[in-house]
Amino acid sequence: MSIGHTLLGLLESGPRHGYDLKRVFDEKFGHDRPLHYGQVYSTMSRLLKNGLVVVDGIEAGDGPERKRYAITEAGITDVERWLTTPEKPEPYLQSTLYTKVVLALLTHRNAADVLDIQRAEHLRSMRILTDRKRKGDLADQLICDHALFHLEADLRWLELTAARLDRLREAVTR
Amino acid sequence: MTAPVPGALLTAENLRKTYGPTVALDGAGLSLHPGEIVAVMGPSGSGKSTLLHCLAGIVTPDSGSITYDGHELTAMSDSRRSALRRSEFGFVFQFGQLVPELTCVENVALPLRLNGTPRKEAERTALAWMERLEVADLRGKRPGEVSGGQGQRVAVARALVTGPRVLFADEPTGALDSLNGERVMELLTEAARSSNAAVVLVTHEARVAAYSDREIVVRDGKSRDMERAV
Ligand SMILES: Nc1ncnc2c1ncn2[C@@H]1O[C@H](COP(=O)(O)OP(=O)(O)OP(=O)(O)O)[C@@H](O)[C@H]1O
Ligand SMILES: [Mg+2]
Repeated sequence: MSIGHTLLGLLESGPRHGYDLKRVFDEKFGHDRPLHYGQVYSTMSRLLKNGLVVVDGIEAGDGPERKRYAITEAGITDVERWLTTPEKPEPYLQSTLYTKVVLALLTHRNAADVLDIQRAEHLRSMRILTDRKRKGDLADQLICDHALFHLEADLRWLELTAARLDRLREAVTR
Repeated sequence: MTAPVPGALLTAENLRKTYGPTVALDGAGLSLHPGEIVAVMGPSGSGKSTLLHCLAGIVTPDSGSITYDGHELTAMSDSRRSALRRSEFGFVFQFGQLVPELTCVENVALPLRLNGTPRKEAERTALAWMERLEVADLRGKRPGEVSGGQGQRVAVARALVTGPRVLFADEPTGALDSLNGERVMELLTEAARSSNAAVVLVTHEARVAAYSDREIVVRDGKSRDMERAV
C-alpha cells in the first residue's frame, strides 16, 4: 500500500495535524500495523518537498506532529492518478513455496511433507481470519476476505502440486 | 495401526472399502471428540464421502473398526445401527434432502415425528431450530419455493432438531455461492457448537474448512491427520 497516497487522500477532506493523520490512518487502515510517527514525518516531508502538501499552520509546543498539513491541487491530482491506475497483478512466479518443493525433490527429501506442512499452516491462518471475520464489522470482513481468498489460492496451488509431485520429480531430477 | 484416542466419541481405524476393482478406502481413519468440528478434505474421488458413510454406519467397511461411544459399529445389527443413526446422528448433504411435498416446517419436524413426537410439539421444536437458522419465515413454503441457501439452512435445522451428538455434513455448501455458503457455515457451526454436537464436515473448499477446529486430508483412500502431521 502506498502510505503517501493514503495520507494525501485523508487530507482531501481538510487540513490535519501529523498526529491526527496517524490516528485516522490507524483507525481506517492500520488494523494489524499502525504507523510509526517516524513514517508519518518522513512521508509528509517527502510530500512537502514534492509540492503535494503545504504546511498550513503550526500548533504551539514542539515536535513535528504539531505541524498542520493541507493538500495542494497537485496533491489532489496525484491521488486521482493513483486511484485510477490499476495495480500490477502480482503473479508470484518463482515463489518461495515452489523453490522449497523443487529443492526437496532435488535433495530426495519428502516433498509431500513440505506441501502438507504448509497446507496445515495456511489453514491455521484461515481459521484465525475466519474467526476474526465472524466477530468483526464489515470493514474487518472485507479485509479478512481479501486475505482469505489469497490464502485459498495458495492452498489450491499446494493441492494441485501435491497431485502432480511424481511428474514434477521426474521433470526436475532428469 | 493408530492408537485409540482417549476421550474420543467416534473413532475409526484402518478402514478399507472396495467397490469391485475400485479401492475407495485404503487404511483411512479419524477420531472425533464430543463437540469438535473436524473437516475432511481432499481431492475428488479420494474417498471422503465413503469415509463419512462408514463413520455414520450407512456403509459397512470391508475391514477396520469404528467405535461410537464405546460400541463397535461394524458388529451391530442393521436395525440397531439405524436406531443409533436416528437418535444420535444428523445429516446434511449437498442437495436433494428435503421432501418436496412437505412444507419447510414439516420437513424440519419430520425426524421428530418419525420418533413418535406429537405433531404440535414437533413443529414447535422445529420452529425454534428454524429461528436459529434464520429461516422461520419460510415455515409454510415448500422446498421448491425457497433458494438453495435457504433450503440448506432448513436442512441444517432438520439435521439438528433431534439434538444429535454428531452432525455429518457432506459438502453442505457445495451448491451455493460463497456468500450464501459462508452464511450457512456460520449458522451451522454456531448451532452445532451451542448444542454441543460434533461435526464431520466433508469439503474440498478451504474457506469452508476454515470453520472447523482441525482437518484431516484424504488422498487415495488414506487419511492424514494434519495436526499430527506437523
Ligand atoms: N457406491 C459406489 N459404487 C461404486 N464405486 C463407488 C461408490 N461410491 C464411491 N465409489 C468410488 O469410490 C471412490 C471414492 O469415492 P467417494 O465418493 O468417497 O469420493 P469423494 O472423495 O467423496 O469425491 P467427491 O469429492 O467427488 O465427492 C471413487 O473412485 C468412487 O468412484
Ligand atoms: Mg463426495
